[in-house]
Amino acid sequence: MSTQKTVNGTPQNGTLKGKDFASDQDVRWCPGCGDYTILKQIQNLMPKLGIEPENIVFVAGIGCSSRFPYYMNTYGVHGIHGRAPAIATGLKISRPELSVWVVTGDGDGLSIGGNHLIHMLRRNPDLNMLLFNNEIYGLTKGQYSPTSHPGHVTKSTPMGSVDFPFNPLSLALGAGSSFIARAMDRDPKHLQVTLERSQQHKGTSYLEIYQNCIVFNDGAFSPYTDKSMRDMTSIYLEHGQPITFGKDDSHGLRLDGCRPETVDLQSGNWSKEDLWIHDEKDQNKAWLLSTLFDNNKEEGGLPRPFGVLFARERPTYEELVRDQITAAKEQLGEADLDALLSGEETWVVK
Amino acid sequence: MSTKQAQIKQTQKKEVTIRFAGDSGDGIQLTGSQFTSTTALSGNDLSTFPDYPAEIRAPAGTVPGVSGFQIHFGSTAIHTPGDICDVLVVMNAAALKANLKSLKPGGVIIANSDGFGKKDLSLAKYGPEDTPLTEARESGYTVIEIDITKMTRESLKESGLAPKDIDRCKNMFVLGVVYWLYSRKMDSTIQFIKKKFSKKPEIAEANIKALNDGYTFGIATEIFNERYSVEAAPIEPGTYRNITGNDAVVMGIAAMANKSELPVFLGSYPITPASDILHGLSRLKHFGITTFQAEDEIAAITSAIGASFGGSLGITSSSGPGIALKSEAIALATMLELPLVIINVQRAGPSTGLPTKTEQADLLQAVYGRAGECPLAVISASSPADCFDVVYEACRIAIEHMIPVMMLSDGYIANGAEPWKLPKAADLKPVRVRYEKARENGQQNGPFLPYTRDENQVRPWAIPGTKGLTHRVGGIEKEHETGNISYDPDNHDFMVRIREKKRDQIARFIPEQKIDEGNSSGKLLVIGWGSTYGSIKSAVTTARQEGMDVSFTHLRYLSPFPQNLGDLLGQFEKILVPEINRGQLVRILRDKFMIPAEGFNQVRGVPFTVTEIKDKITELCSS
Repeated sequence: MSTQKTVNGTPQNGTLKGKDFASDQDVRWCPGCGDYTILKQIQNLMPKLGIEPENIVFVAGIGCSSRFPYYMNTYGVHGIHGRAPAIATGLKISRPELSVWVVTGDGDGLSIGGNHLIHMLRRNPDLNMLLFNNEIYGLTKGQYSPTSHPGHVTKSTPMGSVDFPFNPLSLALGAGSSFIARAMDRDPKHLQVTLERSQQHKGTSYLEIYQNCIVFNDGAFSPYTDKSMRDMTSIYLEHGQPITFGKDDSHGLRLDGCRPETVDLQSGNWSKEDLWIHDEKDQNKAWLLSTLFDNNKEEGGLPRPFGVLFARERPTYEELVRDQITAAKEQLGEADLDALLSGEETWVVK
Repeated sequence: MSTKQAQIKQTQKKEVTIRFAGDSGDGIQLTGSQFTSTTALSGNDLSTFPDYPAEIRAPAGTVPGVSGFQIHFGSTAIHTPGDICDVLVVMNAAALKANLKSLKPGGVIIANSDGFGKKDLSLAKYGPEDTPLTEARESGYTVIEIDITKMTRESLKESGLAPKDIDRCKNMFVLGVVYWLYSRKMDSTIQFIKKKFSKKPEIAEANIKALNDGYTFGIATEIFNERYSVEAAPIEPGTYRNITGNDAVVMGIAAMANKSELPVFLGSYPITPASDILHGLSRLKHFGITTFQAEDEIAAITSAIGASFGGSLGITSSSGPGIALKSEAIALATMLELPLVIINVQRAGPSTGLPTKTEQADLLQAVYGRAGECPLAVISASSPADCFDVVYEACRIAIEHMIPVMMLSDGYIANGAEPWKLPKAADLKPVRVRYEKARENGQQNGPFLPYTRDENQVRPWAIPGTKGLTHRVGGIEKEHETGNISYDPDNHDFMVRIREKKRDQIARFIPEQKIDEGNSSGKLLVIGWGSTYGSIKSAVTTARQEGMDVSFTHLRYLSPFPQNLGDLLGQFEKILVPEINRGQLVRILRDKFMIPAEGFNQVRGVPFTVTEIKDKITELCSS
């Protein structure tokens, strides 16, 4: 079975529209939730992929984000808390031809399901993983999450959180991820482009999406989404291009040895030739980019990168598993049940 | 040679139990399995049990480092590895210390005298003045001392092998002695050695020489004045092999993959004593079996659920502590109503408990141990070979009834072995697999309803890739038929009941419960489940021969029970339920049938002896 039904090479679901990928269920997120935008962008992306709805499966765990599969007119599994990566891995190994998506959040994916997440990343099955990060627990009504900031006052941390948060992209890279990217709900156009890149990547694509929780953590990402600030706080990465930001590329990022620093391109001291050229295949530089996260307050406010930080394909898990099955069939031939049952030594009683 | 043999008395035995014991580096398991093969080839019925140390490499020469292997064989039907040994073969002092209690009074000890030096005694925590072999002789045991180390070194002094390699042949020397003692042929072991060391002919040659010299030692010395033979047992004609419970599970799953033509997916995480199932299936990729060693128990089962959603037969294997971790996922599978087989090779708990020891204490966990009302099917194996039929049946129920099925085995039958009459692949019952068919015009004639049911309350298996059947499943309560999220109180009540009804209706597709031994009514019925089969069977048989009014029935299906079980139990004045737990089946039987069943319980990490059960039967029959 192929994921792309073609007649003379032309995808046959070309007539489908985004709304054809919407299920008949009422969407039940809070009004104004960032999840709505993400849902719409994914539904709009689907017809472009040329994959029939029946060959797509959305798998989720538990949490606000994890209701996602119910709203997609595809196959879907709403699993248990944190386990979506494992459910999806089992499905993908046994049905490699399906397009499998994992939808999770910062609680589901990074806290209760943290173990499955890192092991999925190192194995690298060809899954598209969407991590909706809102830095809070929404469905359980407002406790701090593993991405909440120190000092965050929540229902379970009345005196402020003392937890040190995860850097979700550094974590993924450390776990051996072959693709890491970041997008945000408030920039739907960029979100859709990044979703498409994630889908095209062969291997586990890990896309962190900044998602505003309007009820419990409103404005968590406003430094990167507010029109007044975002020019100077957000970098939009493009492979092979110098890393710039600011209105009309007023600023850039350069490397002083291994230390990233921002430079003012309008000062006359620096030009684009001095800048860091983004190479999404360079794991060391991807690591540095992922760390433009921990230090932005202390070190003069380094901006935060969006887009694809790292993308380097390596064999997928299901390919390696399938290769062994093929090799076993070649070496051992057709399965002979009677021979197997007999084992190495039998005796006959007359 | 002939003159010596003429002086030795040849005695025929009906049944014999031998235990080989030595340091874990002494090759005891290999010695035991070779003796087993030869015994089987001689036509005896038999049952075996290995007794591994818990640690991988406990300090050599110490009691925790002792490895044992027990075999019970005879010219009559054999149901257990034997309560107590007739012969104990010990390679060192620690082996004697650990195993003397399992030797019958007046039994035979064959001891490697080289293993009883000062250092050996000290490692085994005997006092410096202790003389355990002399003391054993004075207590009435027949002690035969052979300096096996010295004899083996002597035998192989011209082999050119390093002293370390020569000493590794000790087990073959002692096996040769025992072969002589029981009048066995050695061809099978010689073939085995040649094959095992085909790339190291010098090692093969040394092992064969040690084996032959051990045999000749039996002939040539006068330390034995008696030699035994055990005639072939009346066994049902057919082709047999020896099999452990875990291997039988592997075979059963391979057979199901073959007969159902379903791809099989095993998600598993290593755990004693279940890991051999993962090992075995990982070698059967050409049977369409995919194995996945997951990062933990939860990923093991949830990956299997993902595979089942995709149309594979999802299986997960573990032991009690791992099953506890899987509970939430088992409940998910119950809600998703997908086929899933959960194999629980029970061990002594709670917590880490005694990982290498056996227990039957997960029955209540299997039947009830999940959040919410979560009915699943539970089925148990009664012997190593029975694991084949039981896992095959577990898979059948899971597929045909779209329900998780837990198969209970335990450490005793997982590692124990017995002869198995080979089934023919062609004779195995085929299994009906029905994926819901595609709808070419999509869902134009109304949406596909994933939770509609047939007359047995079974929902369709609609797998991704099938046109017109896109749907969503999940752990939130589902609306009847549509499968959409529903918080309606009446719907929840309905769905809870219908999942239970689906489980209960499996009873219509399983055989009725039969009396295994004895009459169908009378004074006492002994009812068991799982690995206690052999001990109970032997005890009831003996008790009946002594004229007691006792019958025996053994349960394979634990949830649901066979439909006639209540009627069957009602025909007896007293019910006795022996279990290696604190009373679990007995509670379920009392609850379900309101009968005054009495438990007989031990939790010592070891199986019941026949005598223990027989004594309890005697007590109940005479009161």
